[in-house]
Amino acid sequence: MSQQLSVADKMPNEAVGFASNEFLTFRLGSEEYGIDILKVQEIRGYDAITQIANAPEFIKGVVNLRGIIVPIVDMRIKFSLGHAEYDQFTVVIILNVAGRVMGVVVDGVSDVITLEAGQMRPTPEFGSIINTEYIKGLGTVDERMLILLDIEKLMGSTDMGLIDQVVN
Amino acid sequence: MSTDLEQFYEVFFEESAELLAEMETCLLRLDVNSPDLEDMNAIFRAAHSIKGGAGTFGFMDMMEMTHMLESLLDKLRKGEIEVKSEMIDSFLRAGDVIRGQLAGHRGDGEADPADAAVVCEELKRFSETISESAVGSVAPTPVESNIELATAEPESVVALDPAGTAFSIEFPGEGVTSKVMDNLLDNLEDMGSLERISEVVDGVHCRLRLVTESSEEDIWEILAFVVDPSELKIVAETAGKQAVPVDNALEVKSSVADESLAELDTATASDDSNQEQETSLSQQQPYGFFPGAPAAPADVTEDDSMGAESQSASNNTKPAKVEKKSGKPASTSSESSSIRVSIEKVDQMINLVGELVITRAMLAQAVSMVDPVICEKLLGGMSQLEHNTRDLQEAVMSIRMLPISFVFSRYPRVVRDLAMKLNKQVELKTVGESTELDKGLIEKITDPLNHLVRNSLDHGIELPDKRLAAGKPAKGTVTLRAFHQGGSIVIEVSDDGAGLSRDRILSVARTRGLSVHDGMADQEVWMLIFDAGFSTAAVVTDVSGRGVGMDVVKRNIQAMGGRIEIDSVFGVGTRISIRLPLTLAILDGLSVSVGDQMFIVPISHITESFQAQPGDVKTVSGSGQVVHVRGEYLPVIALHEIFNIRPKTSDIDKGILVILESEGGKVAMFVDALIGQHQVVIKSLENNYRRVQGVSGATIMGDGKVALILDVDGLVTASK
Repeated sequence: MSQQLSVADKMPNEAVGFASNEFLTFRLGSEEYGIDILKVQEIRGYDAITQIANAPEFIKGVVNLRGIIVPIVDMRIKFSLGHAEYDQFTVVIILNVAGRVMGVVVDGVSDVITLEAGQMRPTPEFGSIINTEYIKGLGTVDERMLILLDIEKLMGSTDMGLIDQVVN
Repeated sequence: MSTDLEQFYEVFFEESAELLAEMETCLLRLDVNSPDLEDMNAIFRAAHSIKGGAGTFGFMDMMEMTHMLESLLDKLRKGEIEVKSEMIDSFLRAGDVIRGQLAGHRGDGEADPADAAVVCEELKRFSETISESAVGSVAPTPVESNIELATAEPESVVALDPAGTAFSIEFPGEGVTSKVMDNLLDNLEDMGSLERISEVVDGVHCRLRLVTESSEEDIWEILAFVVDPSELKIVAETAGKQAVPVDNALEVKSSVADESLAELDTATASDDSNQEQETSLSQQQPYGFFPGAPAAPADVTEDDSMGAESQSASNNTKPAKVEKKSGKPASTSSESSSIRVSIEKVDQMINLVGELVITRAMLAQAVSMVDPVICEKLLGGMSQLEHNTRDLQEAVMSIRMLPISFVFSRYPRVVRDLAMKLNKQVELKTVGESTELDKGLIEKITDPLNHLVRNSLDHGIELPDKRLAAGKPAKGTVTLRAFHQGGSIVIEVSDDGAGLSRDRILSVARTRGLSVHDGMADQEVWMLIFDAGFSTAAVVTDVSGRGVGMDVVKRNIQAMGGRIEIDSVFGVGTRISIRLPLTLAILDGLSVSVGDQMFIVPISHITESFQAQPGDVKTVSGSGQVVHVRGEYLPVIALHEIFNIRPKTSDIDKGILVILESEGGKVAMFVDALIGQHQVVIKSLENNYRRVQGVSGATIMGDGKVALILDVDGLVTASK
């Protein structure tokens, strides 16, 4: 038991809280974001969506993913970045977080990047101007800066309204 | 507990639970005046098998209990004692105790040792009273199922001598810990004198010699929990004869048949058949945990080899076969023809087939555009595909279907116990037990049915003298009936009891402040009893009368998408019918469109739909709209307003009005257009999203798009 505990204690220090160091990067407007690759199920195009009544604007609706009903969130609207346009280049990342399947609309998927511990920086303090609760840290690759999202926390949060809070 | 046994625990628990259920069924079926020997045997076997397993796993409390049961049952079976109805009560209680102990070992709940002690005492008393009276009169009969044969074939008694049969037992000691082995050997020693031919060494065959009065089956049962049945070899050693491998008691008999055959035929022929039999035996591997499952194939091979030899030989085997059949209940043969599959696997299969159906619909849409002359073969293939997918879908859906006897089978016990408690005489009849419905429904229907049956017994059936005074037989009848009607299943609980009293219900309703009047239709009056807290019972008993129950019943049934109806004639009886959809997974729906969205309305909630004339729609206080339909003014709810969709038209006379009926009342829903009627597969929205007001689920349409299914009750309630 004691051995297991010490291992668990060490984990966060080693990788600034990341289980894996591989990130899927995508663009929202002019910003580049990264999410833990292990949370990504698949990437697909944007097609016919069924709206859901009285849902917040960033929840576009639900789609049929091989028999499963999956809600779709537009991150551009959620983060107020870029123009929410839907064309043949619009990409949906299907995520598997907290045992649920959900999709996020992004401007485009760039690539998969492996980050070393030294390439990851803690989130700077913005005071109350920006809510950094869902940002795990910042990654640097060459001259680019990646905003590393805590996608599980973000999708499970109350203001996303994706999950009934009664359940939690 | 040792780890290598744990993998067997689950099997033991499941088998034991099944055996207990079987035992209970047999007990309830047992007629005290003329007990059926076959049932007695089945009960005995069940108790015995549980004992064997419990002993192996070291569940001493269960073993003790089953041992008591077994010894009393054995006496009953041999006719040493008369069956009394009190005994059956104690047996049932003993079954409950064992079930409790089983749950205790399983880790859910705690068995009360006091209960066990009480029942144990009871059983002991029974078995003692009789043994006193029976001592000396009946000789102890050593070997259970072989007695009849022994008398029929005197020469063969050698093998079944009362002094005991010698069995040589051989099995691999691999993977059996010494603790388990000790336990096992102790159990075997209890049965007779045990001789260890070779010591237990890991990976080496363990050989034992056991002289016992018990049958080979008993040894099997003790060993089968630990040893892979296919590797277990039990051979009965018979004096002066070469050992003949036996799989169960029957094989001993067949070797007897062989001998007599040898006398008739040449010696070589007998050898041949012996060999044949040995090979057929070695091929035989039991499917179930307890031996007995492969009984049927054994009969066949035996018959074949015999029939080829001579006519007289087959004549010889026949009596043995008949006896064997009477010893094994028919249920064992069904065991090997079914498999346990987890419900997730089935659901996944249903899901995939649903996908296939959608894919087919997409293909059909694409194919409809091609030239039928050029692509004749393609079109032919498509129609074939349609046929096959539909068959496949039906077949897969039927996997989830279970006969309703799964629910009905618990009520004989409930009725029996309750009737005794209430001092009433009640007979339970079940009709249509083979009617199938979805497993999900089976689980959910049990509680409401329980309430209804209890109600029937408590309020419906009168006390015997009261019944006689009313000119009815003293024994009341409660009938459970299930049948298909249209696309739904109807389950009825009816009794020939007192019936509902209209005046009584109305007066109770008035005192409760419900709005009632004397001109109400009977149907409406009966529905009042579903009101929460409604009870006409003068005295509250622990059976019923508190007024909780019927409202819960109604709510549960409605949650399943079903309806409940009551028919009753005062003094004659009451019939409560529950109408349920065949499955929870499929819904009959009408698709309607609003703007560019499509919604599914469950057809069970729709009474009619029509296009309103401009004059039919009136406004109330300037905003609320009502529509005039055959003398009724129904509120209009516009779907596009509720869901914030831009409709194609907002003029009521240009769209369609769908009249919805729900428990909240009737409303007219305004939509753009009706599209068509579909059978849709219900998908959960909440799996990956949250609950949405006014929507009960989602489905996938033929074109692969998602359509939301409207929650009619929710919409109607929300509109008020």
